[in-house]
Amino acid sequence: MNINTKTLLKFFEKIGRSFSVRALRLGAATRLFYLILIYSADSFKRIHLTIREIYFTGVMSLVIIIVSAFFVGMVLGLQGYYTLQKYGSSEAIGVLVALSLVRELGPVVTALLFAGRAGTSITAEIGLMKATEQLSAMEMMAVSPVARIIAPRFWAGVIAMPILASIFSMVGVLGGYVVAVPIIGVDEGAFWSQMQANVDFRFDIVNGLIKSVVFGIACTIIALFEGFDAPPTAEGVSRATTRTVVTSSLAILGLDFVLTSFMISG
Amino acid sequence: MSNSIISIKDLSFGYGDRLLHKGIDMEFPRGKVSAIMGGSGSGKTTILRLIGGQLKPTSGQVEVDGTIVHKQNRDGIYRLRRKMGMLFQHGALFSDLSVFENVAFPMREHTNLPENIIKDLVLLKLNAVGLRGAAYLMPPELSGGMARRVALARAIALDPDIIMYDEPFAGLDPISMAVICDLIRSLNDALGATSIIVTHDVAETFSFADYIYFVADGVVAAEGSPKQLMASKLPFVKQFIHAEKDGPVPFHYDAPSMKEDFAL
Repeated sequence: MNINTKTLLKFFEKIGRSFSVRALRLGAATRLFYLILIYSADSFKRIHLTIREIYFTGVMSLVIIIVSAFFVGMVLGLQGYYTLQKYGSSEAIGVLVALSLVRELGPVVTALLFAGRAGTSITAEIGLMKATEQLSAMEMMAVSPVARIIAPRFWAGVIAMPILASIFSMVGVLGGYVVAVPIIGVDEGAFWSQMQANVDFRFDIVNGLIKSVVFGIACTIIALFEGFDAPPTAEGVSRATTRTVVTSSLAILGLDFVLTSFMISG
Repeated sequence: MSNSIISIKDLSFGYGDRLLHKGIDMEFPRGKVSAIMGGSGSGKTTILRLIGGQLKPTSGQVEVDGTIVHKQNRDGIYRLRRKMGMLFQHGALFSDLSVFENVAFPMREHTNLPENIIKDLVLLKLNAVGLRGAAYLMPPELSGGMARRVALARAIALDPDIIMYDEPFAGLDPISMAVICDLIRSLNDALGATSIIVTHDVAETFSFADYIYFVADGVVAAEGSPKQLMASKLPFVKQFIHAEKDGPVPFHYDAPSMKEDFAL
């Protein structure tokens, strides 16, 4: 075998290994998702665990969500007014702000912030629990860590995300209002009435909520899996935390495109 | 030893092609304190994990109270684990729960006891390990020895038939070590349980264990009472017990020759 053939073989081996590792991880994540669904009934019996996690993932994320939403809304108000006034339709600023937030920015930015704030904390917490043998200890006490630790966090994420996205959209609209009405001087009546007339409950608000639920499932399962699968070392947990942010962000943006395509065509 | 609660028969276990255990036989009699000793990386903790059903043997079997562990489904393994308590090397206390809640955890999960009974039982268990006064501290507020004692209280929360200890003396000061030694023996006798200790601390283990297994190179290299092993002429046992540098366990890890590495 000459050197070129050897190099080529090594190259394909490397690609093959990389694909097989990814396929195995995807399989393991799917298995974890399946186990979560199986153990959900057990987990709901101890509903206080899910409520506690909603507090940690949802309530504790409120500050970053509210502050970001307010700024995003204000920027939308400014940018929107600047463009719309060129066409003499600056009263439509309310519609622009509301539709941008409810359809896209609300679910997407909330999910990105959620992945950074709550997702990383879930991964690090579970990774450290694994590294300090807390999950093994639970297993040895005949208590399933999936039922006791994983499933409550999953449902907390799925429940918290649409609520956070709704709050994001509401605060964002308020930010847009603050810039458009009191500062720029757009007519208040036109701001609210155009928004009320043009934002459709089924097509805009419900679709936005569907997106945020899907993002909630994706972000939480990624964070949980990365923590559960992390090598039990400091470096392993740190890499898993980074992977949570990167994978979640890519998944959110990819899923957003897919969902938007279906929603617009359907 | 027909009165064994745990029997390990011709057990082999490995990761991939590398076998860690090559046909191990062990018996753990009821009511006794047995120890598994050996150097680091000899697979002592793995034996505990095989007994607890966290790992499956490559061949052979582990029988706990007449039940073959690896043939059980998840529910069967969980039923077996309810007869076991395990003390992990660093305690493995749940960091988000107080000392009280850590000890109450198995009771809340596996019983329907009313809150006042759980409170009394938890305080009794904590009293047994001398930490009733620490009931409302959080795990980060405990010293290493205290954390180990809380974990011991949690391990005996449901009065198990079998208590397994993974390196219970690692990293402890002499006073904490003496306390843990005393607790292992006294709790075993008070509960009528069977204890298995995985350790490499010779002096402490020889002072209270009833029977000791030495594991080396994937097999049981020696076994017997502390007295028998003290008198053993086996080179490995002598080297281990007397902490000798020279003997069958080499100082150097397998490496190419000096000539090769230093290009002499």
